[in-house]
Amino acid sequence: MGQTATFRIWRGNGHEGTFTDYATEVTEGMVVLDAVHQIQAHQAHDLAVRWNCKAGKCGSCSAEVNGHPRLMCMTRLNQLNLAKPVTIEPMKAFPPIKDLVTDVSFNFRAKKSIKPFKPRPPDAPDGTWRMAQADVERVQEFRKCIECFLCQDVCHVLRDHRLFDEFVGPRHMIYAAALEMHPLDVEQRARDLKDAYGVGFCNITKCCTKVCPEGIGITDNAIIPLKERVIDQLYDPVVKLLRMFR
Amino acid sequence: MPEYQTHVHDVLVIGAGGAGLRAAIEASASGVSVGLVCKSLLGKAHTVMAEGGIAAALANVDDRDSWQVHFADTMRGGQYVNNWRMAELHAKEAPDRVRELEAWGALFDRTADGRILQRNFGGHRYPRLAHVGDRTGLEMIRTLQDHGIHMGIDVHMECTIVQLLKSGDRIAGAFGYERERGRFKLFRAKAVVLATGGVGRAYKITSNSWEYTGDGHTLAYDAGADLMDMEFVQFHPTGMVWPPSVRGILVTEGVRGEGGVLKNSLGRRFMFDDIPENYRPQTADNEEEGWRYTQGDKSARRPPELLTRDHVSRCIVREIKEGRGSPHGGVFLDISWIKARIPHAAEHIKKKLPSMYHQFKQLADIDITQEPMEVGPTTHYIMGGVRVDADTQMSTVSGLFAAGECAAGINGANRLGGNSLSDLLVFGKRAGEFAAKYAVGQKAADVDGSQADAAARRALEPFERGTSGEGPYQVQYALQDMMQDLVGIVRNEGEMKRALDCLRTLRARAARVGIGGHREYNPGWHSALDLHNLLTVSEAITLSAIERKESRGGHFREDYPDKDPAFATFNIVTRKSRDGSTEVSRAPIPPMPQELKKVVEEMK
Repeated sequence: MGQTATFRIWRGNGHEGTFTDYATEVTEGMVVLDAVHQIQAHQAHDLAVRWNCKAGKCGSCSAEVNGHPRLMCMTRLNQLNLAKPVTIEPMKAFPPIKDLVTDVSFNFRAKKSIKPFKPRPPDAPDGTWRMAQADVERVQEFRKCIECFLCQDVCHVLRDHRLFDEFVGPRHMIYAAALEMHPLDVEQRARDLKDAYGVGFCNITKCCTKVCPEGIGITDNAIIPLKERVIDQLYDPVVKLLRMFR
Repeated sequence: MPEYQTHVHDVLVIGAGGAGLRAAIEASASGVSVGLVCKSLLGKAHTVMAEGGIAAALANVDDRDSWQVHFADTMRGGQYVNNWRMAELHAKEAPDRVRELEAWGALFDRTADGRILQRNFGGHRYPRLAHVGDRTGLEMIRTLQDHGIHMGIDVHMECTIVQLLKSGDRIAGAFGYERERGRFKLFRAKAVVLATGGVGRAYKITSNSWEYTGDGHTLAYDAGADLMDMEFVQFHPTGMVWPPSVRGILVTEGVRGEGGVLKNSLGRRFMFDDIPENYRPQTADNEEEGWRYTQGDKSARRPPELLTRDHVSRCIVREIKEGRGSPHGGVFLDISWIKARIPHAAEHIKKKLPSMYHQFKQLADIDITQEPMEVGPTTHYIMGGVRVDADTQMSTVSGLFAAGECAAGINGANRLGGNSLSDLLVFGKRAGEFAAKYAVGQKAADVDGSQADAAARRALEPFERGTSGEGPYQVQYALQDMMQDLVGIVRNEGEMKRALDCLRTLRARAARVGIGGHREYNPGWHSALDLHNLLTVSEAITLSAIERKESRGGHFREDYPDKDPAFATFNIVTRKSRDGSTEVSRAPIPPMPQELKKVVEEMK
């Protein structure tokens, strides 16, 4: 490479702002976050961006690159058409703070609303448990989540319908699934899944699954089984009948 | 004084990685009020990047393991200048801390009989690292975070502390600012726990994130606390070297634990060429035995690729210097070769090292199941830090505690892989416990507003200079280049003296740095404030490294290439003297009690 490319970056405070073009040199292997850092170091010291690990492990640098929700640190420039300006905008589902930084505090509140892990009594006298690798693996898929919130960003229940009070979003669906399917967990969450976490709002468009940088099967492996669990536990006609006579 | 947004806590924990979260949980569980300050968002701290595992002598995989063996391994790895009491507590308490994580929901990989699986790692005699593939740090921080959020801890996210506040000789709180609005915050606290991690951003090539600017080290130093062992910086042998934008990103030691081998451009496994005397009895002398070890053969000794990090890094530097490096200035790390040994090797590698596979595939277009990686040393960790009491983790300033990477002692001259995550848990818990105990016995100290006012004035100076001043990033880059060149893996007196001169110049440049824009979420402002911390730790590293006229662990001097027994009897301490200059002194290491000595002798 060794060429110059233009990056069209959203600059602004709150909802007020505009796109600004920055031209910067592009070298081999660069990712979008490198370009942003280069611009920050040489042209715009106050350009606000979140980042930490720069290796796809912390989930801080989420943004919308050419309209696609991505981790900037894992988006190689050689995958983009550099003949045209590369647009970089903040995640649109969340209130903007400044430039590429958004207010993601909703996610921390949503997580806190979910009933925490509650293990069964230990299996062994030394206070430890026994679990099979196969049972652990199912949940480990969900625990790969780096909380980048890209799935929340594209979820139309949140992004378009703004139902933040009704639905905790895909991230917290997999969090709830990880708890529900944890081999040791004994907490009851079916009622909350329906009423408080809003699992019914998901209509399985799988947008969240498509953008997950960890490749987690959010819809198929977490949300659909949770929907089934709610139906099994709250809508099973036999159980309902039994409950009436209890 | 102007009105600052004020928060009152019994215990204030600064830093929300593994150590900070564990400290906050412990303090909160004991019933005191706790504030937790995160430099980034909660759950994004550097612990998230730890890959390999948590070292704890659970003896689930090899029943010969015990706290004694773990203790002896830690002391040998640290070249016997560790705080032996910390090494003892760490080895004894790590298993309980790991089991506790499981009780809080962590899901480690399992043995065939359903217990926590453990893997091999450099310098550990037996398979000892509890792990989750190669994302153990994520599992650990998420477990602590998800447990901690239900404990009533006040979490202050995206908040940076710029100064500790004192009342007489004891700690009274901290002063900082929140990034979103750029407003100052005043924290009143009876006890403060520093858990701010390391200093890697003082170097050009590092596996550390932007947060690692020596904040806790500097806050403690400025508050009058002792720093210790600052010459011992760990250069991890395997960081990515290509492409340039990913240079320094960590490649887990787990690759070697799973059978990965290091080769030079001639295809030679050069690690067999230089095995230190004290590791010879426990190191394989042929490739076959090394392979058997990685596959769990208890009669085999470990391959030389799993020698301690300081040694492996130096061997790699030697190969590169002598012209046997890889095309982009590293050496080759090959895990794909195991396809000659086991069926379905590609699937096995992807299963055991998923994020390494992902990382190379996405960032370097390399399929590690098919071809070797190029790797070279990267600044990874600092063994030195705030000097603390082994049992309570209290620093030399009353009411100021430190735990995790920003505290010194457990690791001596070199840290073993896996001992960091266990260190965070063991000493995070202890710091939280004793900070809470300390707070209960204290009345709230008065905060003298002039300290906060002065800190606020200093913090705003870069704005006054505006964009006419030099940019903060330029000074930071110059510092990183200088430290990499002059106080890096291979050191000598002349270069380090030069580094001191450069530091003076850089300090003057830092004092003229200016920034534009406003106070809200301004990374330029933040970088300007980081400079003081980076300069302070760089100076402590350089002065300590000049004082240690020998080579030991992570500290290698070409002008004194050998270990000198005379230097095994003390640690080097730096502290701020009354005139503001740095005072360097030698603190004798207390003699090890007989029973620990016996353990070390027996395990030799």
